[in-house]
Amino acid sequence: MIEFRNVTKRFPDGTVAVDAFDLVIPSRKTTVFVGSSGCGKTTLLRMINRMVEPTGGTVAIDGEDVASKQAVALRRSIGYVMQNSGLMPHFTVAENIATVPRLTGRTRRAARARALELMDVVGLDTAMADRYPSQLSGGQQQRVGVARGLASDPNILLMDEPFGAVDPIVRAELQRELIRLQRDLDKTVVFVTHDVDEAFLLGDQVAILAKGARRLQFGSPSEITEQPADDFVAAFIGAERGKRALRVKQTPHGPVLVDAEGRTQGVLVEGGA
Amino acid sequence: MNLLADAFAWLAAPEQWTGPNGLQHLLAQQLYFTAIAVAIAAVIAVPAGWAIGHTGRGREVAVAFAGAARAVPSFGLLVLLVLLFGVLHKPEAATVTFVILAIPSLLAGAYAGFEAIDRRVIDAARAVGMTEAQILWRVEVPLGLPLLVGGFRSAVLQVVATVTIAAYVNLGGLGLPIITGLSLRRYEVVLGGAVLVALLALALDALLALAQRAAVPRGVRADQGRAAAPRRRDHPESATVSPHPS
Repeated sequence: MIEFRNVTKRFPDGTVAVDAFDLVIPSRKTTVFVGSSGCGKTTLLRMINRMVEPTGGTVAIDGEDVASKQAVALRRSIGYVMQNSGLMPHFTVAENIATVPRLTGRTRRAARARALELMDVVGLDTAMADRYPSQLSGGQQQRVGVARGLASDPNILLMDEPFGAVDPIVRAELQRELIRLQRDLDKTVVFVTHDVDEAFLLGDQVAILAKGARRLQFGSPSEITEQPADDFVAAFIGAERGKRALRVKQTPHGPVLVDAEGRTQGVLVEGGA
Repeated sequence: MNLLADAFAWLAAPEQWTGPNGLQHLLAQQLYFTAIAVAIAAVIAVPAGWAIGHTGRGREVAVAFAGAARAVPSFGLLVLLVLLFGVLHKPEAATVTFVILAIPSLLAGAYAGFEAIDRRVIDAARAVGMTEAQILWRVEVPLGLPLLVGGFRSAVLQVVATVTIAAYVNLGGLGLPIITGLSLRRYEVVLGGAVLVALLALALDALLALAQRAAVPRGVRADQGRAAAPRRRDHPESATVSPHPS
């Protein structure tokens, strides 16, 4: 469980990235922060592993204030996956994945074995273990980044727009992989994105944020779609005019659902769940 | 009279390569002064440059200092230091002169090497839990090495050429034939000495150019070679794409 209690972050230049933010993130679920760029969602995420220190309030993991823990040890115990993978260009794939096990004193051999195991988990051919990041495609680099985040078997995995820089086909594939991984691994995932579709696809809980990390709504994708908190949220998730604005169209074969573009999205099955 | 031919004839004469003032001794002295000066300068400038590059602080001070050090005329400084230190400490005075000459390039190489690293790589290293020392030694030093070796290269080049002036205060080196040749009006000797200095500088530069290439980490070099030789994609991402759920 990750708890934000009245958390504020004011940068030295006076901008308030996060203003009195409160939230409880449940364990073993995927929680997504979604909002437009500059809304403070990445700042929120980076306060969990002390990459950013709050100027007010506390962030606690399982009731323990993160500020009371040693930053380096804390970061090693939390997986972190970032946009553009953030891989070390002079480390091979296996060395990149094994970074944290090596830092925590595992032998080279044990760390490599762990790296190969994780390459399997994230769907990378182990033949790539000795290549360098520059020799991989963007999607493969991102998989290496996920594997590195999982290397120390952390309970918490922080993901900062991890699929933002890959093309849509690869992104869809990586999203499906993440859903599969999460089903198997059962981590507490905190995911940041500006893409509502991604948020609704991956999130058990979604927090919709506005500037200053103001929380507009927090709930499951179904709750938010069924009962948007206000007009802004409704517009943001596309409930009025986007792909979530469906209307019923009667056809000779029964009712179907049509989106705002006029494309038929599905068949309305009566009496379904 | 062909001056250049005479100079080479003088260089090739066996008597120049014998005795206590043989050219091989002068060459060794030249190299010795260069090595000592660059080594001392490296001990001072490399840690300072790394500290600036790692923390991002003190850059303005370093730039100002390096600019001032570059502007100091070495010959004037040498004479001044000999006067200050006294004639018994001429080697020390000469060494200090050359150290001051070598520092700016090394300092710039050290911090520029760190500054050239993608900030996201440093951020990622910190985010996965590297300590500041681990970031320094495992990330910044290896990735900054090529530019540091570049700074080392230009420092060596400047010092090895300038060590020639050591002969003016009787410390030997390849400046000796140049100075004695001038006073004896034997210009082929002057030219011979100058040619030897130039050859030595070119040889060292070529050697350090190789070192600079070798200093590029393997993964980074693979990056550079990528455009030249397109890599075969063994495992295209799309190969594992399953049909879209409908």
